[in-house]
Order: sequence, then structure tokens, then C-alpha cells
Amino acid sequence: MIVSFADVVVVYDNFPALAGASFEVASGEIVLLQGPNGAGKTTLLRACAGLLPIARGTATVLGCDLSLERYAVRAKVGLLGHANGLFQDLTVAENMAFWSRLIGASDRDVETAMQIMGLSDRLSATRVASLSAGQRRRCALATLIVRRAQLWLLDEPHAGLDSQGRDELDKTLRSAREAGATVVFASHEIDRAQNLATRSLTVVGGVVTAS
Amino acid sequence: MKNISGIKVAKGKVVSAVLLKDLRIELRSRVVTNQVLPFAGLVMVMFAFALDNDDVLERVAGGLIWLATLFSLFMIVQRSFAIDTADGALDSLRVAGIDLSAVFFGKAIALALKLIALEIVLICGAVLLYRVELSANGLVLLVTCVLCATSGLAFVGTLYGGLTAGAKGRETLLPLLLLPVVAPVLIAATRATEAAFGSGGAQTSEGWAWVGLLTVFAAVFGVGGSLAFGPLIDE
Repeated sequence: MIVSFADVVVVYDNFPALAGASFEVASGEIVLLQGPNGAGKTTLLRACAGLLPIARGTATVLGCDLSLERYAVRAKVGLLGHANGLFQDLTVAENMAFWSRLIGASDRDVETAMQIMGLSDRLSATRVASLSAGQRRRCALATLIVRRAQLWLLDEPHAGLDSQGRDELDKTLRSAREAGATVVFASHEIDRAQNLATRSLTVVGGVVTAS
Repeated sequence: MKNISGIKVAKGKVVSAVLLKDLRIELRSRVVTNQVLPFAGLVMVMFAFALDNDDVLERVAGGLIWLATLFSLFMIVQRSFAIDTADGALDSLRVAGIDLSAVFFGKAIALALKLIALEIVLICGAVLLYRVELSANGLVLLVTCVLCATSGLAFVGTLYGGLTAGAKGRETLLPLLLLPVVAPVLIAATRATEAAFGSGGAQTSEGWAWVGLLTVFAAVFGVGGSLAFGPLIDE
């Protein structure tokens, strides 16, 4: 299993945001997390990325025990949260160059990722602060593609994208899956997300159930 | 440490990537040159108006330079981490699978370079406004003092900036936490600078002991900061 949670409790701001979550994700799946706002979807994704400590229960991600090897997990997953993780005063190309340099990706990897996300030469020279919300999202997704993660954790990845951008994103996630990646994503756009996902999970009150 | 793609990236590459990123953002946004520098200059001028006595100003010039530097440090540190937290880049750095001590050094060096640029202007301002004099020996002492004090301030500023980056009320929390810690730098740098200027009849040779203290401070916070930075920004 790529992800395995058993009775996991995660406390966030003195509140049990995950209250005994149990679920598994197998290799190559695209799993949709659905549920109302505040249900615990974001917490679950951040816990999977090793960003939040597990208060109780057992959780493994990519073979790493989250209670003991939270830092090791981080080196294996790609997380795109509500924020884009970009530097507003740098151009798209400079942001891509920064992240690719950190992870040792090649220029060719960067070019390919930018092509996939439709970041043209004109856009690549534009400061992120001047981009639309959708263009920023595309840039953030391009940084994730460069990283070639084994597990993609995406929080509302379609948010802010236009129709073409959403189609491109779906295509990218399917390609990533064919290349061996596993995807877990949260979305409120149920119709599109269900078409993309191979399986759905519902999160309500910090508890995960199969949809 | 191997990253997400299984490639081992040298620590030096991460340091230089973070350093260049921070400097590039400063060159583009010009926050230090357009906001912090005028603020520090105003502090120096206001002190000159408030004290309004050439002898007193000449004697306290060293302290005023380092007080203005400390006030500016708070602004530069907050700005340095605001660019990382504004759009969640700090979280992305945490999950990038990189050595966070390299991020610490990259940010500290960038901070030190900005501070040195600021201090050069402040020292020139003190020479003009407060009419302090600087001998050749004094200049050597002053340059060494600036390098050591700035290293200490940059390390401790980066450490505490990381600590407060995700905290509520970080704008007020940072000075509250940082001021007591940097008090030894303020005292030692002031004494060394007074010796360099010969303020109040001080000899240049008297300043080197204070430079020694600044070196120890910088070394302690350089090593301690690189070890503590990762766990601190995680909490």
C-alpha cells in the first residue's frame, strides 16, 4: 500500500481535525477526497505529506511510518495546498529555476513541465504577482511536475483554472498515474473529479469512509 | 539528503539557490533600499536632533549606528520571511526533501549582505552627521567588527525569523524575542565601534576583545541556528 492509515488522530489548534481516520490507497490509484468544508480533507493531505504530527493511531506513507519518519516521507511526496508555494516578486521562469535547482532537475524537465501546463515564453517572463489566479495555479502545478513525486497530494487542484487548464491538469494527472505515480486529491468539483478518480473517499468530521 | 527525485543535491547548491532568490527578490522589490534605509537614516537624524550636541553625538555615535541597525534588522527579517510565507513557499520548502540547514545559511547570508549595505550607509552617515574620525587602525577594527557583528545578527535574526514565521502576531513577537538575545551584540559592537572611532578617548586596541565576543556569538548562533532551524520552522 502507498498510504495506510489506521485509527489516526491528528490534533490541529487543539481540535481533533482527524478523529480516527482509517483508509488505504494502493499504488497507481487516483483517489478523490470529498466532503464539506472543515471536514478534515486538508489536514489529511498535510498529515500524509508529513507536515502534521500523528497524535494517535498508525500511519505509513510510501513505506515510512509517519510517527517515526515524518521527515523521510516529505522527500517522497509532492504537495500542492491551497497556496501555490510561489514567490510573487520572481517571474515564472525564475520560480521554476529555483525549485528545479533545489531538487536537481534538469532544464529539459523544466521546459517539459512548463509546456505541459501551457506556460508560454511570454508568461515565463512575467512576475507571478502579475498573473491571474489560474496562471499561478498552472505555475505551481508545473513545479510539482518537475519534482516527479511518487505520491501527489493535491488540495483543490482545479481551483482557479479555466476549462482548458482543468483538462490539461486531468491529462497530466492521468499521465503521472501511467508513469507510476499515485494521486490523492481533494475537490469540490464532484463531476469532474469523479471522472478523473479511480476511487472516492468521503471525509466528514475527521473520519474517512468509502464513497 | 536525497530529494524527491532520488537525486542528491549538494548543500552548497541549496544555499546559493536560496541566497540568490532572496537577493533577486530584494533587487526587484527594493524594500531595503526604499523603506528600511530611509527609516534607518531617519533614526540617525532624529537622534542628532534629540541630542543636539556635537560632543555627545561623537561619543555615542557607535551606539546609535548599532541601534539603528537593530531596528532595521527587525524589518529586514520580517520581510525576509514574509516572502516565504505569503504564498506557502515555506511549506513547499519543508516538503522539498532538502536540508533545511542549507536554507538557514542561504537566508542568513542574504540577510547579512543587506545589513552590511545598510551599515556602510549608516557609518558614512555617522561620519558626516556626528563628525566622528576614523584612523587606518580604526578602520580595520571597524570592518572586522561590522563583519562579526553582522554575522551574529544575521544568524540570530534568521533563526528567530524562522521561529516566528508561522506565529500569530509575529510582527510584535519578533522584536520581543530578538531584542534580549541580541543585547550582547549591541553592547560589544558599540564598544568596538567606539574604540574604532576613538570616542571618549578610547584606544583602538581596546576594541579587539569586543570583536572576540562578537565572533563567539556569531559562531554559537551559526552552529546552533543551523541545527535548530529545521525543527523550529516545523513547529
